[in-house]
Amino acid sequence: MTLFLLKRVVIGLITLLVASVVVFSVMEILPGDPARIMLGMNATPEALATLREQMGLNVPLLERYANWVTGMAVGDFGNSYTYRSPVIDLIAERAIVSLPLAVISLALSTMIAIPVGIFAAARRGRMGDTVSMGTAQIGVAIPNFWFALLLIYVFAVWLRLVPAGGFPGWAGGIWPGLKALILPAVALALPQAAILARVTRSAMLEVLGEDYIRTARAKGMPRRTVLWRHALRNAMIPVLTILGLQFAFLLAGTIIIENVFYLPGLGRLLFQAINQRDLIVVEGVVMLLVASVVLVNILVDIAYAMVDPRLRSRA
Amino acid sequence: MKIIVPVLAAAAIALASGTAFAQRADVVIGVVLEPPHLDPTAGAAAAIDEVVYANLFEGLTRIGPTGEVLPALAESWEVSEDGLTYTFKLHEGVKFHDGAEFSSADVKFSLDRARAEDSTNAQKGLFAAIENVEATDPTTVTVTLSRPQGSFLYNMGWGDAVIVSEATAAGNMETPVGTGPFKFDSWARGSSVVLVRNPDYWGEAVALERAEFRIVPDAAAAIPALLSGDVHAFPNMPAGDALAQIQSDDRFEVVIGSTEGETLLSINNGKEPFDRLEVRQAIAHALNREEIIAGNGSGLGTPIGSHFSPANAAYVDLTDTYPYDPEKAKQLLADAGFADGISATLKLPPPPYAREGGQVIASQLRQVGIELEIIPVEWADWLSQVFTEKDYDMTIVSHTEPNDIDIYSRPDYYFNYQNESFNAIIAELDSTSDEEKRNELYGEAQRILAEDAVVGFLFQLPKIGVWDAKLEGMWENSPIPAIDLTQVKWAE
Amino acid sequence: MSAEPASPPVEDAGQFVRAAFSNASFVTGFVITALIALMALVSFVWTPYDVINLTVANRMQPISAQHWFGTDHFGRDILSLIMMGARNSIAVAFVAVGIGMGIGVPLGCWAAARGGWIDEALMRFNDLVFAFPALLSAIMITAIFGPGAVNAIVAIGIFNIPVFARVARAGAMALWPREYVLAARASGKSATLITIEHILPNIASLLLVQGTIQFALGILAEAGLSYLGLGAQPPMTSWGRMLFDAQTRMMVAPHLAIFPGLAIVVTVLGLNLLGDGLRDVLDPRLRRQR
Repeated sequence: MTLFLLKRVVIGLITLLVASVVVFSVMEILPGDPARIMLGMNATPEALATLREQMGLNVPLLERYANWVTGMAVGDFGNSYTYRSPVIDLIAERAIVSLPLAVISLALSTMIAIPVGIFAAARRGRMGDTVSMGTAQIGVAIPNFWFALLLIYVFAVWLRLVPAGGFPGWAGGIWPGLKALILPAVALALPQAAILARVTRSAMLEVLGEDYIRTARAKGMPRRTVLWRHALRNAMIPVLTILGLQFAFLLAGTIIIENVFYLPGLGRLLFQAINQRDLIVVEGVVMLLVASVVLVNILVDIAYAMVDPRLRSRA
Repeated sequence: MKIIVPVLAAAAIALASGTAFAQRADVVIGVVLEPPHLDPTAGAAAAIDEVVYANLFEGLTRIGPTGEVLPALAESWEVSEDGLTYTFKLHEGVKFHDGAEFSSADVKFSLDRARAEDSTNAQKGLFAAIENVEATDPTTVTVTLSRPQGSFLYNMGWGDAVIVSEATAAGNMETPVGTGPFKFDSWARGSSVVLVRNPDYWGEAVALERAEFRIVPDAAAAIPALLSGDVHAFPNMPAGDALAQIQSDDRFEVVIGSTEGETLLSINNGKEPFDRLEVRQAIAHALNREEIIAGNGSGLGTPIGSHFSPANAAYVDLTDTYPYDPEKAKQLLADAGFADGISATLKLPPPPYAREGGQVIASQLRQVGIELEIIPVEWADWLSQVFTEKDYDMTIVSHTEPNDIDIYSRPDYYFNYQNESFNAIIAELDSTSDEEKRNELYGEAQRILAEDAVVGFLFQLPKIGVWDAKLEGMWENSPIPAIDLTQVKWAE
Repeated sequence: MSAEPASPPVEDAGQFVRAAFSNASFVTGFVITALIALMALVSFVWTPYDVINLTVANRMQPISAQHWFGTDHFGRDILSLIMMGARNSIAVAFVAVGIGMGIGVPLGCWAAARGGWIDEALMRFNDLVFAFPALLSAIMITAIFGPGAVNAIVAIGIFNIPVFARVARAGAMALWPREYVLAARASGKSATLITIEHILPNIASLLLVQGTIQFALGILAEAGLSYLGLGAQPPMTSWGRMLFDAQTRMMVAPHLAIFPGLAIVVTVLGLNLLGDGLRDVLDPRLRRQR
């Protein structure tokens, strides 16, 4: 197990290092001068040159890369060109919006999808299966941002139950903050839940067809026990894979959804930073997202190993 | 318990009696763009001035609601006969928000810093005429100019010329320290900036205790925020097509004012075939301003025929110089040898007036045989490709700096326009301080630009101010980028 | 895994068609997809209204007998726009799948044929690409090369490469130990020739199913990019682009947002049903399961 873990972590670190080279070079070829963007149309050439110097844009390429990577290793992501404050602070301020959003929608989609998937598998071919899987089929086809627009129209504009956008911050209490995250979380969660429900159903069916389940049933074990105790445990492997993939999907999905709801989260920060050529912020946020995807994949692998000890030897 | 009960009772009474109990003293203002930082002396973003100008920072002079120059930290001034020496008399008893005394040394520091070699002031040109700044005594500052400059007092009223303290200047981007009636409280990035009343203000105290500037980037978010009462005022509302709906709601006041934003179809005068007057005239005849304005969301905006704000006293209406006439446009193109039409590119920066207006313009020019390829660009690329490298045929942009007709005389400006007689007028303006003479010169300058059809003059960007009908004292126009809250209060 | 075929399974075309058209999912998906494709094709020769020249005076008309889906903020007929938009959405997704298959399948087959470090390197490369959420890399690509339909294709296509590489590799790996492949090897055929003659025909069905799925995802991705203003640019239109324009006008004219959204949902639904149906027909083991 330790060896398995170690191997996964080393591979993860190498992935991150290669990713950092990719991200850094991509940002270097991005056209546009950050100093010019800050000073605008009337700036004099001297003022521009001075600002470039102050922003550290005149340091040679390799040195800048080295500084950046070694800085990140100790949690220093550099200073934002436009906000002039540490990138890590900006990320922290935005993460308290994005992270709850991603976690709530992941929880929401899991809570809806797994019971629905099991239900459908248990009543395969019957009415309940057809209806729930038909709904899921449509759910998969709905773009989450369009769904978000419809939600805003119904719940914020017509019924005025929740705000249509923006984020009041957590300072005013948990409830106003949560209220602002409800619609975005639902918009993100439902299409994901549709996918997850389909995967759960087919994984359950696959397991239910296996010999040992039939044996258990033949031995007179109650259907319910078989379903929950044996089948579910084994069906979790493909479900976990999809959950891991979905986390990456959710992180990216927040970019669009935060734009729809004007949530000051990581996605909007990234989007604004790209447009303002605040390269160092873009680099920091991208690396953070990549790192979280890598981390989640490692966690999923560990979870596999826990669900199914046989897989450990294969790794 | 003994303490809590009476407090609860008092709270209940306060709730029951509503606003009669105490005058409401907080306001939430919606702004479209988040300021990148809060130091108006180190960035061009109008979003900075909107938050801090007149509220948090003050200059020697300030610009009033109709564009007039008013005294601020300088209570009075004298100008020498030759127009070269300005002697400012400063207010006494002024303190910075950190408690430091304000004096003539701070004025000297601020002006010297702005015009220094290593200055990163975005409007360094404002200070170009200054030769020397001297702190004569603690309440007197003498500024010597190298040449007479008619607009000097106006220039000193810009947000880029506010007075800062040497001790706190470096930190103004994050925690601004000024002399104004509001002081900085907090900034939740991506969300809002909060200012609170400065109890030690030297002048007349403001009615508001707390002002929050909340970032609401566009119509889709702004309208629900307004309707739900989350935001009390949008001095510049991105209302789009929903404006009619708000106008019909009597909870809100809608004021359509003017800005200093001349919206132009900029043409690269240095590039074939646009260096030819007939081609530019043809473009001017092909533009239907009414339709361009109607296609622009709110459908508001005043047509312009030259580069000048209709709100300004020196404005001349030149919209009929080349009226909408597609047949005439085709004729002009044919005469110039382009009977088969012209293909060109149209680079569009992000604001809706450009991205959406551009599609209407492309459709109009297509009808006279000018085929435009639309290329959307981000501001970053616009600044480097179009503005700096002049690599463009046409673009659409609103020039929001006040009184900036002189840009057409700049040798290296992105229009690539050269006209000696125009330059001569601008040079004369620079050294003229007589109001009447200045207006006359401005008129002449406008006429030359209109006749040369330097660019396609489209419309003056409207300022759509929307606020709670009970809110008083908001600016109707925006002669400079500012949301001046000093006179704002809630009606009884 | 019980009855391994001793020779490559021969596809009987007639049998396949019969099986396919008795599958409800396949038939529904096929009909929807065909209709959408037809709509896109018709738009090349005819649309109900001209959408190139704008008539601003006609803007934001509600649904009527003249304009079934109403008009947009420039007075263009929304039905005509949806027909034009179909072209774009389909073209982007189609070419992106082509890029993914064209590069991913050879890579996957190569890795399966050679094994060893080449295989390992390919898998690590896959991991790297998967570590970047697809939309994130698409945003970065369009930020560098500028927004536009072509760059959207490239961005979505790049993400398709590892998907197809993985599917092709897994399929090919399962085939290499088979007897008929071993026999071909023993007769001295090169790995390339074996891949072309024996491997590719047998993983084609897998690739076809994956292709349908990626096609549907491509349509969603294009819509997302265009919605952020990074995809198709005017005067070109696409469904995502229409939603982008509709967002700020939803309060006054919800029909601007509803119809393009429905077009996306119906198309993706059709493709997914088609894919499901294909899988059922082509993979008997799964069919037994359902």
